[in-house]
Amino acid sequence: MAVVDQQEAAADTTAARREKVKQRKAKTWRDRWPPLAAVVGILVLWELIVVGFEVPTFIAPGPGEVVATMVERWPMLMMNLWPTALESLAGFALGNTIAVLIAVGFVHSRLAERAFYPIAVFINTIPIIAIAPILVLIFGNGFTPKIIIAALICFFPTLVNVTRGLKAVNPATLELMHVLSASRWEVLMRVRLPSSLPFLFAALKIASTTCVIGAIVGEWIGSNVGLGALIIEATYNFRSPLLYATVILAASLAVVLFTIVTLLERRLIRWKVDAAAV
Amino acid sequence: MGAPALAPAANAGADDLALRLDGVTVTFDTDHGLLTALQDISLSVRSGEFLTMLGPSGCGKSTLLRTVADLLPVSGGTVSVIGRPASEARRARQISFVFQDATLMPWLSVIDNIRLPLEVGRGNGAIIEAPVPAEELLAMVGLKGRERALPHELSGGMRQRVAIARALICHPKILLMDEPFGALDEIKRDQLNVELLRIWQETGTTILFVTHSIPEAVFLGQRVLMLAANPGRVREVVDIDLPYPRDLALRDQPEFIERAAHLRQVLETC
Ligand SMILES: Nc1ncnc2c1ncn2[C@@H]1O[C@H](COP(=O)(O)OP(=O)(O)O)[C@@H](O)[C@H]1O
Ligand SMILES: [Mg+2]
Repeated sequence: MAVVDQQEAAADTTAARREKVKQRKAKTWRDRWPPLAAVVGILVLWELIVVGFEVPTFIAPGPGEVVATMVERWPMLMMNLWPTALESLAGFALGNTIAVLIAVGFVHSRLAERAFYPIAVFINTIPIIAIAPILVLIFGNGFTPKIIIAALICFFPTLVNVTRGLKAVNPATLELMHVLSASRWEVLMRVRLPSSLPFLFAALKIASTTCVIGAIVGEWIGSNVGLGALIIEATYNFRSPLLYATVILAASLAVVLFTIVTLLERRLIRWKVDAAAV
Repeated sequence: MGAPALAPAANAGADDLALRLDGVTVTFDTDHGLLTALQDISLSVRSGEFLTMLGPSGCGKSTLLRTVADLLPVSGGTVSVIGRPASEARRARQISFVFQDATLMPWLSVIDNIRLPLEVGRGNGAIIEAPVPAEELLAMVGLKGRERALPHELSGGMRQRVAIARALICHPKILLMDEPFGALDEIKRDQLNVELLRIWQETGTTILFVTHSIPEAVFLGQRVLMLAANPGRVREVVDIDLPYPRDLALRDQPEFIERAAHLRQVLETC
């Protein structure tokens, strides 16, 4: 009797599990269909307006035309995507690395923080659009000024977040490390850096989209390759479908970077942030 | 229950001192001038003794523990742990601390948290030899099978058990506990009190245990050190001559109630 009960219970649980999976799938679909339907609706509406009101193509092309251009000019678009992607990534790496290193310096020296924090704030207040021409004048037409602009735009949010993260350690945890005779280096590597990871990733998510903006702004001024240059060229020549296709590609680049950062965050941060104090 | 790796040193005579404070004074430089947190504290704790500390909030209990752990400098007097300065005893891993927060690393598994003391400190002269196997400690604190769990998957009581296991890994001579069960509900606290007594008898380590709770102080300690506030000073040291092993039923016995009542009276004058 008891054995039968147990088997029944086991069967119940597998059935229940299967049911749960089914429910989860249904739930994902329930979550996803409204935004999908909205996107499709907007595209249809857009096409209808452009066709219905006979809007000239150079003012606003319909989605059909944009897609056609994208397919037709794909090799040329790719040729311009790569420089922008490289500049964005290099700027992302440079800006965030420097920001983390300076944040580590700030946490270990109040003097350094007092001396350099105002400078960091000042740099952050200069509009990136205004710095770009200066950097192009100094560094010429190559990749360098674009990478620096992308790096600058990433720098500040990461500096602020990581400085906060490195300091947001339970004082008792620091006392524990002292009782264990841990060195500053060990405290940094085993306590401060890991506990600042959630703060770092919050900043990296911002940087993953702004670095693309930085690279494109850099390309607006004195460049003949890259999505930024393409945007300028398409605008001046009233090639609106090409302009739209370029903008969509730029946005896709940012989305890809954002997704990579998000996936990396999920891989690396398995713990709950609110448990950090306990 | 005899875990050989945890047995107390055979040569530990009854007159060995784990801790000796001589006229210890600790002052803080605050915005409102000098604050004397501890004044002229003298105290001897035998090796293997269980001493509980009781006193009104702000009377300097945490300060006293932190002074013994070499987390705070003394302004006067001397602290000697196992016959040497606290900083030396700390580097020799003879002092362990358990805080009210479990202070676990949220990104480390239970077993890696327990092993943390083996990973750090060598650069600063820490001497780490012949640690207790982490698996043995897991069994001792009743967490066998949870070694791969992350702290956020555990209850508050389980996290505190991990903290205790971590504190024991290097055979500390003296275990300092600052209201370790203060954040737990009463049932968990009772359970952990019983287990702590068992662990104390298995390991033979000296324990200094700060608490707010009179029943906890009487139930655990061989002696209760009562501190008075402003400035922090020794008010009275009360012997609790109740035999071990003690179980929870003891707390309903007249001899227990009588001692608790005495402590309450003294506490009112602190
Ligand atoms: N780091 C510090 N700086 C200044 N004052 C302190 C510091 N630590 C403790 N104190 C003061 O010392 C006194 C004793 O504190 P504490 O030892 O924490 O008391 P208890 O643990 O008994 O509640 C309190 O008046 C407290 O405000
Ligand atoms: Mg306290």
